[in-house]
Parts: sequence; C-alpha cells; structure tokens
Amino acid sequence: MAVTGLVFIGYVLLHMYGNLKVFAGQEAFDEYAHHLRTFGEPMLPYGGLLWVIRVVLLLSIIGHAYAAFTLWARASKARTQKYVVKKAVAATLSSKMMRWGGVTLLLFVIFHLLHFTTRTINVNGDKDSPYDRVVSSFQPEMWWVAVIYLLAMCALAMHLRHGVWSACQTLGFTNTAASRARANFAGVFLAVVIAGGFALVPLSILFGIVD
Amino acid sequence: MKITLNIWRQANAAAKGAMQKYELDDVSEDMSFLEMLDLLNENLNEQGEDPVAFDSDCREGICGMCSLMINGQAHGPEVTTTCQLHMRSFKDGETITIEPWRAEPFPVLKDLVVDRSAFDRIIQSGGYISANTGSAPEANNLPVEKAKADRAFDVATCIGCGACVAACPNGSASLFLGAKITHLGSLPQGQPERDTRVVDMVAQHDHEGFGGCTNIGECTAACPKEIPLDVISQLNKDLRTAMKHGY
Amino acid sequence: MTETQTPATTSDAAGFFTLGDPVADTKAPAEASVPTRWEERKSHAKLVNPANRRKIKVIIVGTGLAGAAAGATLGEAGYQVESFCYQDSPRRAHSIAAQGGINAAKNYRNDGDSVYRLFYDTVKGGDFRSRESNSYRLAEVSANIIDQCVAQGVPFAREYGGLLDNRSFGGVQVSRTFYARGQTGQQLLIGAYQALERQVAAGTVTTHTRHEMLELITTEDADGQTHAKGIIVRDMVTGEIETHLGDAVVLATGGYGNVYFLSTNAMGSNVTAAWRAHRKGAYMGNPCYTQIHPTCIPVSGENQSKLTLMSESLRNDGRIWVPKKKEDCAKDPRDIPEEDRDYYLERIYPAFGNLVPRDIASRQAKYMCDDGRGVGPEVDGVRRGVYLDFADAIKRLGRDAVETKYGNLFDMYAQITAENPYEVPMRVYPAVHYVMGGLWVDYDLESNVKGLFVAGEANFSDQGANRLGASALMQGLADGYFVLPYTIANYLADSHERIDESHPAVVEAKKSVEERINHFLTVNGTRSVDSYHKELGHLMWEYCGMERTKEGLSLAIEKIRELKADFWKNVKVLGTAESLNQSLERAGRVADFFELGELMCIDALNRRESCGGHFRAESQTADGEAERIDEEFAYVAAWEWAGEDGHMPVLHKESLSYEAIEMKARSYK
Repeated sequence: MAVTGLVFIGYVLLHMYGNLKVFAGQEAFDEYAHHLRTFGEPMLPYGGLLWVIRVVLLLSIIGHAYAAFTLWARASKARTQKYVVKKAVAATLSSKMMRWGGVTLLLFVIFHLLHFTTRTINVNGDKDSPYDRVVSSFQPEMWWVAVIYLLAMCALAMHLRHGVWSACQTLGFTNTAASRARANFAGVFLAVVIAGGFALVPLSILFGIVD
Repeated sequence: MKITLNIWRQANAAAKGAMQKYELDDVSEDMSFLEMLDLLNENLNEQGEDPVAFDSDCREGICGMCSLMINGQAHGPEVTTTCQLHMRSFKDGETITIEPWRAEPFPVLKDLVVDRSAFDRIIQSGGYISANTGSAPEANNLPVEKAKADRAFDVATCIGCGACVAACPNGSASLFLGAKITHLGSLPQGQPERDTRVVDMVAQHDHEGFGGCTNIGECTAACPKEIPLDVISQLNKDLRTAMKHGY
Repeated sequence: MTETQTPATTSDAAGFFTLGDPVADTKAPAEASVPTRWEERKSHAKLVNPANRRKIKVIIVGTGLAGAAAGATLGEAGYQVESFCYQDSPRRAHSIAAQGGINAAKNYRNDGDSVYRLFYDTVKGGDFRSRESNSYRLAEVSANIIDQCVAQGVPFAREYGGLLDNRSFGGVQVSRTFYARGQTGQQLLIGAYQALERQVAAGTVTTHTRHEMLELITTEDADGQTHAKGIIVRDMVTGEIETHLGDAVVLATGGYGNVYFLSTNAMGSNVTAAWRAHRKGAYMGNPCYTQIHPTCIPVSGENQSKLTLMSESLRNDGRIWVPKKKEDCAKDPRDIPEEDRDYYLERIYPAFGNLVPRDIASRQAKYMCDDGRGVGPEVDGVRRGVYLDFADAIKRLGRDAVETKYGNLFDMYAQITAENPYEVPMRVYPAVHYVMGGLWVDYDLESNVKGLFVAGEANFSDQGANRLGASALMQGLADGYFVLPYTIANYLADSHERIDESHPAVVEAKKSVEERINHFLTVNGTRSVDSYHKELGHLMWEYCGMERTKEGLSLAIEKIRELKADFWKNVKVLGTAESLNQSLERAGRVADFFELGELMCIDALNRRESCGGHFRAESQTADGEAERIDEEFAYVAAWEWAGEDGHMPVLHKESLSYEAIEMKARSYK
C-alpha cells in the first residue's frame, strides 16, 4: 500500500509539472506532450516511455487497490457488530475518507483517461493540440467539467494528506517525535502542493487567465 | 445526580443482545463509574432482575480488566481506565450509553464482559525474552542506555485492556502489538529474538482476526496508558528489517 | 493431629479454641547454621529425573508473581503445569498493582548492604515473629531475582551510566530497592507472565483463565497422612464444575485483605482457595497479622468499593502532618502557618521521621484522627485523613524533579480526588493492604497437607508480624522462581498414589461444591451479598483493625457469628449456576470470609501481645509503643479447622527461636 502509494506520488508530481507547462503557452505545452512520446528514442519506440509508465501505474493501481480492499474486508470482518454510539476522537477527516475517497479517485482517473487520453468523452469539440483540448475543456460555459476536476483534487488532497503520513508510518520512518512531525508536515505539504498545482490549470482557464 | 443508562444486555455468548434503559438516582459525583454500576446492580438485585455483568478487578487503573465503551469512547471521556473514571465527568441528567468492546476476536461472553484471550495468544507467539530461570547473568553486566530503558518502560506500561482494538475503526490490535515489540526491542536482552518475534506476533495477530492498521490514531487517543502511535511505526520497521534478514 | 487437644484456659480467647500438639518445621536442616541452611537443603533435597518430569502434573492456582514464576519455572524444567486464575488473563493478578519496588541485597550503592542486613531488617521489621531460616533464604535469593528479571526484559529504572538505580524504601537505612517508576509490580508480573506464556507455547503449561478453585481434593495414605490430589474448579463463564487431578497442588492465591471489604486488594481477591484447603486440614498460620498501609487515599463515601494506595515511596520526600489545633482541621491547609502544624512522625521518631515502618505510621495516623485532629471530609462524624505534604520537596528539588519521581502517583491522586497535589497537600489514611498471615508451611513451602505447597502472600512464612516495604514482590518471586521449584521436586521424587475422577474423595468434593452453589441460588433471601460483605468488613475494621482489644474482639466474634447465620438464611443470589454469575462468585467468597474473619478475631484475641501489625491496646509501653511478650507469644499460631459451628479451632504452636539475631525490642525512636 505504502510503496504503490509512493509510486503515485512520484507520478502525480511529474504530471503536475507537465500540466503547469500550460502557463508557458501552447507551443511549450504541445512540445512537452510530444517530447514525452519521443523520449528515449531510438532506444524506445515512439510513445515507449509512456507505455512503460502506464504499465508501472497499472500494476501499482492493482496492488494499491488490492491492498486497500483486503484491509477494508479485514476491517469489516474484525467488527461485524457495530457500536450503537461511536465517537471518533483522533481521526482526521482525511483518514476517515481514505476508502471512499480512494474509490472516488479511481472513478475520476477512469473519467480522466476517457477524457484526455482515449478522447472517448468529448466535452467541447475534439482538438488535435493537447493545449487546445485542455483549454477548451475548462471554458466557463463548460463549468461542470472544471467542477469535476476541482472536486477530484479535493479528494486527492485528502488522500495524500493521510496517505503520505500513513505511508511513512507503515514504512517505519516515524519512530521519533521529530520524524512524526516531519511525516505529518509532508502529508499536508504534498497535499497542498500537488492538489493546488493541479487545480491551478482549470481555475486559470475558468477565470480567463489562460486562453 | 440523576443518570439514564443505556446498557447492552446479552445473556451469554450465543444469545442475541439488545440495549436496555435504566434510571439511576442518588449518584454522587465522587463515585467511580464502576461504583455507579455497583449501585445499579444493588438496585437490580433488589428488584429481582439479573445484575449487569462487567469486568473489573484492581480498580486502580493497572490490571487492565475493566473495559466498557462509554458514550462511544473506550474507557469513557477521560484518558484513563473505566475504573478510574468518576461520575464528576458526567452531567446531571445525562444519558450514558454503555457497550462492550466490539471486535470479532473479543467475543461477548455476557452483557459487557468480553473474552480477550486473543491477547494472551499473541504474547505466546513471541512476546517474551527466552531466559530460563537460573540462567540469568549478573544484572549490571549489561548497562542499558537510560534513554532506551526509559523508552522500554514507557511502552511496557501497556495494561492489555484492549481499548486500542475497541476504538480502532479497523478493529486492529497494532498498538498492543507495537507496544510489546518496542518494549522488548528497545533492550539489549531483546535483540536475539527480535526478528522472529515480530514476524510471529504479527502472524498471530492476523490469524486471530484483528484488522489491519491504517494509521488513524484512534487507538492511541483511547489508550489509558497513552502508548504513542510510533510503536506501530517501530513494529513496521522491525518487520521490514526481519524481512530483509530473510524471515 | 488433634489427639491431645486440651481446652485452653489461660488465654484471652479461652472458650473459643482448643490447644493441640506443637508443630515444627522439619525440613530446614537445623544442624546447619542459618546462613548455610538453604545451600544445605538444596544439596540434599531429592531430584526428579528429567524424563519423569513430563509425566508429573503440578496444579498451580493463582498467576501472580509467585504463581506465574513457579508455573514458568516448573514448565521450563519439563513438568506438566496446569495454571488457574479467576481473571481473564494471568497478567491481571493483583501483584500488578504493587507500586514501590523490590528489595535485593545487591549493595550496588556501596552503602554497607548485605544478605545479612536484609535478613536482619526483615526479621526486625517482622517484629521477631517470622521464621529465621525462611527470612534468611529470602534475603539470600533476592539478588538472583533482579538478575532474572533484567534478563527477561523488565525495564527497571536506570542511571545515566546505564546501571540499575536504587532507592531507599520504608523503614530501612540502605538503598536496596529496585523499581520501575511507580509500576514495579506491573513490570515484574508482566515479566513472569511472559515467561509463563512462553511455556504455554512450549506446551508445558496449560492456562485456565476465568476458573475459580472451589475445593481441594485430598486423600489419606496408609500412615493416615493427608495428601493433596487435585482441585475442583468452576468455569466462571459456563458454570461447569471441573475436576483437575495432579501430583501436587500449589496455592499462590494471594492475601485475604478483602475480608475487610474495603482494602487495597483487587475486587476479586479472596480467601476461598486457601480456606477450602484449611477446611481440608491445612493449618492457617497467624491469621490476625494484617498490614495496614499508612498512605492510602481516604474513604470518600459509603458507596466506595475499594481503596487506592499511594506508594510508600512518597514518604521519602513528603512530610506528614496534622494541624496542632482542632479548629484548624477544616481550614485550607495552605493557610495553616508552619508553627501550627504538627509533623508528628518527625517529632516522635526523630531518627526515622516519616520513614518509620508501616504499622507505626498507620497507628499514629489513627491516633491523630481519634484525637480530633484529622483532616478532609467528615465520614460518620470523624475526619479520617492526615496531610502528606510535598511543598518542601518542591521547594528543595523543583517541581520537575518531583514530577519525574512521582508524576504518575500525583496524577492518580488527582484523578481520584479531583485535587491537585502539587498545590494542595495530599490527604492519606491507613488501609488494609497486605496480610502476613496465611497457610502454614514448612521450609519447603509445603503445608501440613502433603503435596500442598503454598507460595507468596498466601503463605505465612517470611514476613513475621509485619512486612517491610518492597518485600512482598521479593517474596512472591523468591518463592516462585527460586524456592518452590527446588523443594517441590523433593515431594514429587517419591511415588504417590494417583486417583481418578471416580475416587470417593473426588465425588465427595464435587458434590459439596455443587450443593453449596445450589444452596446460594435457592435461599431466595432479601439481602445482597455485597451488603453482608460490607457489614462484615465494618466489624473487622472496627474490632480487628489497627488497634484490637479483648472486649472488641469478643464482641466481633459474636457479631460475626450472628451475621454469618443470617447470611446463610437470608442472602439473595439471582441468576443460574450455568452461566457467568458474578453474585454467585461473590457469595462463595463472602461465605469463606465469614469463617476466616472469625478465626482472625480468635487469633487476635489469643495473642495478648502487640507485635508488628497486630496491636493489642492491652499490651503497650508507658509511652504507647507496641509491647511484645516474648516469653509467652514467641510462636507461630497454626490453626487447625475442627469443623462447622460448635467445633472450636485447634491451636498448634510452632515456637520461634533466634540463632543468628538476638531477639530484642523493636525501637524506631
């Protein structure tokens, strides 16, 4: 769970870096998208690196989901008779949302892939330039697309906030008060930076900063 | 004080239980929570009703026999054991819901009494240092760094009450497990069996049917001895090390 | 052994008992000098071949320090051990609640400590009423205990150099007490518990939790000698009555302080196992020797179910006082000026001050309160409390240092009383804490019933009439780890008849248990078990507590008998026998407390001297100190059960002689 989670953190950081290229203009963004496909040539065929990444991500998601559902099943088996009254004292909202939040993110990722990768879902006219596709998707008249993405980023932020801390704990990095504080900080920091970084793009388009 | 109690009644392990309401007058603020239940039982006895079964023994917060989920919190609203909880922590006229610990590895035996022998079996699987009587070397031959000795003591204060399991949304006993792993692993005497200990104890923990840890922290908040959450990190670290060593 | 009994006429208790033959310990090698006796005994005791050990079954009742340590050690040796406890886990036995520490003659402090000195302190502290050989052995093996516990991972307090720390504890002038903050008992018990569970995993020990021993099974051999063959227990969850047979039975069932209802013992602590053994022939030694601990949290109301002890270590830095003037008693103690405070222990005992032995500190607190100078809330019209003040210690050492040393105790006090002891002096009052009396045993810890061994607080042997602080843990572990495993082999080495469940002794024992249970459930009376227990406790505390008199004890016996008769006719126990039934469990225990309470009063009445924890008002010096009467009472009173009502108990005297230490008056002035 922790290891696959860390793979995702690495990936979303790179992904976010790419997204922020939107602010460098259409040429830079499209160039970047193209470069991702030619990266490693001629050792790798066109799009090869992307497929390598996709395979790693696919394996990770399988591992991550398998572990998550196993834990979920164990938890429900460990307490079949629920409490009439149960108070949460220390649990953060993020920690309580891990499971349904994770499912939400999974659904979102499928939507996202259908939207931008396979282009099965076409929200505002199919464009060949990746930059155009992004910009057209988040236009104010298509506000609901932006809302979907922004909600997903909220879910991602919460997932990261608890996930990062929990991964550090699971990997045994939090044996001292200082390391515990660091892991907690890392959770909040990565949640804000990653979710915030992603959210900048749809927000900027929505409010006409990028067009 | 006047108190309304909403208590889980269950005749035996096989029976189906239900919540039942009781009214209690003349509760004094200086009574302990269990003395309040003693009073209820005296009244029930008088009325010819079966008294409520609940566990308690030392009544000074150290034996770990008492339990009770009180208004949704293990051992009630204070950071202490139920036996050290006093009625001054409640308001006059309050309704108090009392339930047993809920976890499959802790089956209810009667009313509020549960079977926690799963904890004993976890200790049997490796929660000890193998030192036969008579074989011990002179105690001061092996100095122990004070910081480590203190760390060992802090986590060795676990009383095995099961509040961590009761409070955990996953029904995990990782805090109990981590406390023992950390206690014995902090001391030089605990090193020879460190790898096998953690592997065997985790296996027994899972075998008993406790849930997995997702690091939520309810356990440590409910722990009357304030065992810190980092013992679970230590447990994971030891497990990682043991796996590296090929266990 | 009752052939030559004669009615006793000269005793205060004449008319309540008969005098039997003297009894003596025959196992300690009398020809050897006191310091060499244990070595001598170990060298000549019979051994059991390792191959035979796995065919031998030892039953151990109780899983406190003595029971768990003996179980683990006998398991390691290869015996089959059946271990029983009434709690839901062996780890919960009441040894866990001991706070202060454990003594050992290690002399790590280089302050002149030695085995002899620990032995001397034990005998003197016990007011020359303990058996010299046993006390010496206790001191001798004390050092091994620390080694053993450290090897098991018991996290004792350490100094910055990494070596073990010590502190000075109650009534002695050397630092020989090892401790784990205020939770020494817990840490030692967890160590023994883990060792026991390790043997469960190894297959040598089987634990039976939530099982209560209700009868001892005995048979007579060809010589008319009684042997223990097993026990009858009740599964407290299913109610099933089970028979367990073995080659020897060990009772490590703790003390019977709960006869007083309010005590520092656990709610479930009881005398039943020991008392059933007593009724089957085992002598009860010195039952009246009770230890009243001076520093407990005072009683706050009538619904109180138990008393909480504050570690004696608090007396190292806290100062005990009461107001000099009665009119100051209701005042905020911080408003009472220094000159109006009576630091009475420092005044009366300048050499030992606040560190006088427990019995002295307790009795003085009682006198202060009887004098009308007690503090705290009035309960039944009297303020029963004295101040234990840390203001000076905080000034001298700083709040942080005090917090490091006593933080958990202060927190506990604040939790119970809702007062902050860093700001306001604590209030403390004596409470029943430990009993020195118990089943009579010889040097091998074997009772007069052969094959019945008794260890820890349950036996009478090592502490005399008063126990020193930090010596209970020492005795429990000494018996369990280092004494019993040697001595029990001596009995097990001989072949003894084995019986099966069809033996008349088993059938009879089981039947009597079932009848008793059936009786409680069918009386259908009007009073709860607890109400009887409370009333018995009041009687015992009033008349057989810190100060005892002939009139009081005689009255108590009469009242206990009346109450007991009423209990059997009028107790109300609901529920069934075939389920978890906590009222039924208590009913059986209280029934035995009645008989014990009566015997304690008879023993106290007979012992017309003051010694240790037993203070007879008739026997005191001009300045109010306890006065022993050595020429008349230098003996252990071993009481034999003679039968139900109308049969008077039989007193067997074991005379005490002192070779290694000269017997003299105990003085702490």
